Amino acid sequence: MGAISDLYAAYSTLVLFAGVAALLALSIYVTLMAGQLSLGNAALATIGGYTAAILTKTYHAALWPALFAGALLATAVAILIGIPCLRLRGIYLAIATLAFGEVVRVAALNMTITGGALGLVGIAPLVSFPHIYGALAVAAFFFYRLERSRTGRAFAAIREDEAAAQAMGIRVTTYKVLAFAIAGFIAGLAGGLSVHFTYLINPAQASFGEAVTILTYAVFGGTGTFAGPILGGMVLTVLPEALRFLKEYRLLLDGAILVLVTTYLPNGVLDPLLRRLRPREALAGGTRRHRRA
Amino acid sequence: MAVFLQQLVNGISLGSVYALFALGFTLVFGVLEIINLAHPAVLAVGALLAYTLLVDAKAGLALAVAGACAGGGLLGLLLDAVAFRPLRLRGASRLSSLITSIGIALILVNLAQIVWGTEPLSYPPGTVPLRFFTAGPVTVSLLQGVVLATVIALMIGLRLLLVRTRLGLAIRAVAENPQTASLLGMPFDRVVAFTFFLSSALGAVAGVLVGMLFQGSVSPFMGNTYGLKGLAAIILGGMGDITGAVLGGLVMGIGEVMIVQYLNSSYRDAVAFGLLFLVLVLRPTGLLGQQRSREA
Repeated sequence: MGAISDLYAAYSTLVLFAGVAALLALSIYVTLMAGQLSLGNAALATIGGYTAAILTKTYHAALWPALFAGALLATAVAILIGIPCLRLRGIYLAIATLAFGEVVRVAALNMTITGGALGLVGIAPLVSFPHIYGALAVAAFFFYRLERSRTGRAFAAIREDEAAAQAMGIRVTTYKVLAFAIAGFIAGLAGGLSVHFTYLINPAQASFGEAVTILTYAVFGGTGTFAGPILGGMVLTVLPEALRFLKEYRLLLDGAILVLVTTYLPNGVLDPLLRRLRPREALAGGTRRHRRA
Repeated sequence: MAVFLQQLVNGISLGSVYALFALGFTLVFGVLEIINLAHPAVLAVGALLAYTLLVDAKAGLALAVAGACAGGGLLGLLLDAVAFRPLRLRGASRLSSLITSIGIALILVNLAQIVWGTEPLSYPPGTVPLRFFTAGPVTVSLLQGVVLATVIALMIGLRLLLVRTRLGLAIRAVAENPQTASLLGMPFDRVVAFTFFLSSALGAVAGVLVGMLFQGSVSPFMGNTYGLKGLAAIILGGMGDITGAVLGGLVMGIGEVMIVQYLNSSYRDAVAFGLLFLVLVLRPTGLLGQQRSREA
């Protein structure tokens, strides 16, 4: 038992990072469910992070109200961004949301309330294991229900064929905005959670690289079901640590894993495992994959 | 007015580099409708190759540019073979190629770090002699002249290649409709490979020009800023459109210089990307793009 708690003490921050990565991966998954590739999630998480940090640091707010305020602001921004972006699809939507992320980054770099280039430091250490994994459990349950709900099926219909979905009376606009809103909430919450155990936040967290990393989580794990992004976020957070012995060749291997997984396991690493466990169900799920993103 | 004209010249020389880089993006997008996110890493490798040629091999500038160009082109072939062709054969989604290109970018940047280190490097002083030409109120440095001349020469060359040669015809045919082009006997895979060769060669030269324009800018990470600016340029101009990419690059370069001159330097990038966002929302086909549905 002693060995395990020592191990946890050494890697507790990594465990927290893995949980946050899983939440961020879920936030991009929800828009992918509706066939929308949005890369603004890092920026949304940054908005949530700054808001929560400013509230607890400057205004001494309690943790959960601050987290919710950050998540709600990120939701509001996501809706504001989502509405004009509804005209865009695929790559164009991805680039528009990347541009949005860049605007957030530069704004954070220049505002006084966000602490400029240095960002905010010395944020209170309020978040630990139960907060993050509690939030992740709730989110996972939410997605478990969502996938089997009317809304989840509407998302899937829009993803597979938007025109057909519309013809069947699905309110495409409403559902797309809803997907953006959920993504904003989860990303904002994840951002707020992470700043309270890293104790700092800076504009770089809204950068292009971060946005792409989040997408990588989802694709690595697979976007057929919500468990994929969770697994992807966790594995890709822990993997670089596990490969630390490779030293400067670590990113090399990261890159190689991305290329190999995407090429040879196009539905993510989770899919072949599921197939082995439940052959029939996984096959039935075969039609639900993103071919058109 | 004098300041404006001078800044216009500065903007054009910066914008021409963006344009050259954006051309590589748009060529690949035009043919395959995918975004090659390894393109910024190719820019960095090109600049670093030229650094080795200039500093370690004591080569002249022309040789360094040619070397970077050839090295970048070969890298492009490799890129296609490793990251894109396997996916094409499987009929995978465009999202997958986006991800594999990110993976390749990671690999390239990491390899470059191992070979060249992480310190920012500068080309040796006097690579382009410090000389100035004055025409009325405007001063043009020899460096700006060399950059502009290189970009213009490459663009004319590209134009001729695409319009006058059979290879160019094949590229345009594949860009127009891959299935029909294949049915008519175009060697699809070879055309795509050549497109990657061209695109990466141009990207590598753009890297050398960036290294010449800015002291201490050559590093494995130098592609990061240019990646987004190149994307912005091709969106502004209309994706897959060659003239549009050039125009978009110039607009970006001139816009940035003018914003720094007349507004606020720290909001430079925010204004650029705010504009990009507006263009996407209001006129998703870009400035020159044809009206067609924007599905990707």
